[in-house]
Amino acid sequence: MSRPMVTYKPSDEVDFVIIGSGAAGGVLAKELSTNGFRVVVLEQGEYLREKDFTHDETKVFVQSLLTNKVNTHPITFRKTPDETARKQQAVLYGSCVGGSSVHFTANFWRFHEIDFKEHSKVGDIPGANFADWPISYADLEPYYTKVEWEIGVSGLAGSSPFDPPRSKPYPMPPLPVKGNGVVFERACRKLGYHPYPAPMAILSQPRAGRAACINCGFCLGFGCEVAAKSTSLSSVIPMAEKTGRCEIRPNCYVHRIETDKNGRAIGAVYFDAQRNTHLQKAKAVILAANGAETPRLLLLSANNQFPAGLANSSGYVGKNLMPNSSALAYGIFDEQLNDYKGPAVSRIMHDFYELDPKLGLYGGGGLDARFDFTPISFALSGMPPDAPKWGAGFKRTLAHNFTRTFQIFCHGTSLPVESNSFSLDPDVKDAWGLPALRMTFRDHPNDLKMMEWMQARALEILDAAGAKTKWGPPVQEQQFAVHLLGTCRMGSDPKTSVINADHRTHDVKNLFLCDGSSLVTSGRGQPTMTIQALAYRAADRITALTKRGEISA
Amino acid sequence: MNSLHPARRDFLQRLGGAASAAWLTANWPALVSAAEHAHQAAKSAHPALEVFTADQASEIEALAACIIPSGETPGAREAGVVYFIDRALKTFFSEALPVYQRGLEATQKTTNELFPGVASFSVATEEQKLKIFTHIADESERQKDGPRRLAPGASEDFFQTLRVHTIFGFLVDPEGGGNRDFVGWKAIGRDPSHSFSSPFGFYDKNYPGWQPVSGESEKK
Repeated sequence: MSRPMVTYKPSDEVDFVIIGSGAAGGVLAKELSTNGFRVVVLEQGEYLREKDFTHDETKVFVQSLLTNKVNTHPITFRKTPDETARKQQAVLYGSCVGGSSVHFTANFWRFHEIDFKEHSKVGDIPGANFADWPISYADLEPYYTKVEWEIGVSGLAGSSPFDPPRSKPYPMPPLPVKGNGVVFERACRKLGYHPYPAPMAILSQPRAGRAACINCGFCLGFGCEVAAKSTSLSSVIPMAEKTGRCEIRPNCYVHRIETDKNGRAIGAVYFDAQRNTHLQKAKAVILAANGAETPRLLLLSANNQFPAGLANSSGYVGKNLMPNSSALAYGIFDEQLNDYKGPAVSRIMHDFYELDPKLGLYGGGGLDARFDFTPISFALSGMPPDAPKWGAGFKRTLAHNFTRTFQIFCHGTSLPVESNSFSLDPDVKDAWGLPALRMTFRDHPNDLKMMEWMQARALEILDAAGAKTKWGPPVQEQQFAVHLLGTCRMGSDPKTSVINADHRTHDVKNLFLCDGSSLVTSGRGQPTMTIQALAYRAADRITALTKRGEISA
Repeated sequence: MNSLHPARRDFLQRLGGAASAAWLTANWPALVSAAEHAHQAAKSAHPALEVFTADQASEIEALAACIIPSGETPGAREAGVVYFIDRALKTFFSEALPVYQRGLEATQKTTNELFPGVASFSVATEEQKLKIFTHIADESERQKDGPRRLAPGASEDFFQTLRVHTIFGFLVDPEGGGNRDFVGWKAIGRDPSHSFSSPFGFYDKNYPGWQPVSGESEKK
């Protein structure tokens, strides 16, 4: 397996220090080191390899093997700014080399053209802080293609009439269809919709020394033991290390970006595993720590020169959190689907991507047919609400339903609302004595209404599919986020955005941000593809700026 | 290789067909070691108890068997759930130990109240156990509906905690110390193999492959 090919001392002034090794950080590390720069990536979590991954849920879920640990990094939650937040695991993100790309489901949708210019099209929406992107789909298209070919994405170009234009087909065919995909596809077609093979960041064919998917069924929440999931860990980070110019340094908890008297970033201050403090010096700093930890780090870096937090002259750092809206519908079928085999999703549809304004709803979404349960999570939360909770009836129902159930997952827009945010908790501290991450969130009423509409359509599809039993858990206000989007948004106006179209902060010339926080709108529920396309584009922009001498002092 | 559990062996063999030689060279020793570890864990039928006394273990085993009973297929007892819980309370679920201590006391009290002549829950008849356990579960439901004394997620309630831990012990990957010989997975129809090929089930058996919709105008 990959080992660091190069190591730097913290006192070595490298070209770039990147905070975070996830979907964006991994791509930036690969691109910038390939372009000849010396790069250090500081990762909060451990450097686990494929051999360390397991299907043991006591390790993965109970002990948070791959994700943030709230016993040392507590999180607080409140719905509105006038409430006192209470401790709650409101946010889940990857905390290991590869970040959330290690444990994600691997749904890999491009954003559509509308996602970049929706404000211009529909205008202001009451209660929302709605804006267009400073870039278009066409600007990002070459980078979407680059993501697909470099990390390995399976899919079928041209199979959805709603897909945006693309310059190249997928590098490999779709993954095998599942029972839920066949049932979903037939039902959707019966209703006049356009289901198609799901684009997934999972290899359907061996590629670049990585195995094709073995259909073990443990995707969501788990690391892939055969490297078929196209995580940063398995795809771009080994390429970065092979350049001999990039060091991935795990177990580094960055808690401050240091600036000099001229207001330039000089490096990142971190605790190592022994809680010793270091300053990794760099000519430029790139934050790719995710949409929660990037704004938190900027706020933690407040000083006399930047009293509201680094790069926060707009006051927008941490604001406009968009976790994507979601709803579920479940169906039980007569025959065995056995959907525990294979990746979670094989068929999706985007007929509702852009809803008719006559419905009185803004935005839209996508539907996928999926089974992302493990046996344990199914027994705890995959059964109908009236199922017995214990005894022979519970066991009988579990044994019947486990192989015959699937879900339709409705993914959709979150509108940006300024008060929905990440900030520093004034009372709760982490294990290092630093202010805890505080999440303030209440869904925009439109998003809840839209999800109710979408769930009703999903239940109709289950009807058309011949589900014996179907149900949809009530759509509720969200108190838990995994898509951490919009919290340091991109824009041309320094008064209403944190970074420009080059991912450079408006306030600090050699500080760049690139992760979910950069997004201006939330798309329709699958952001990772766009985060990685942005990272490829950002690397090009940063390289060009550096070569023009616009970053150095 | 022959000492490996068949599911793991199958997994490794399939890997041989799919992965590159370089990948296998790098990972084979670790994969074999992991597989052997899993095999050892799965075959050690009676690990020593570290938290429960033998009497407490009998009570917990009998209670867990009410949640997932034995019958035509194995239940919590055969899956070794009590050993899973014992190990969990020693390690990653250690904060739940007081819940079990209070739960065992409450179970004894309920048993004494409902059936004064019965020494403990585990020696009650099946019919008596059902009545006692129904009482415990109903009490939990009543508490759930009433005002909460605890922070959300604290899961202080004995029935709820035992239910979650029993489900874990019955259905966890055997590497996690429960689901002995995959009896839990087999009971719910989950093939313990580590890798699969399509078709996976009934509905995808004769799927002809994805075809574009013909003759229909695009909805865009």
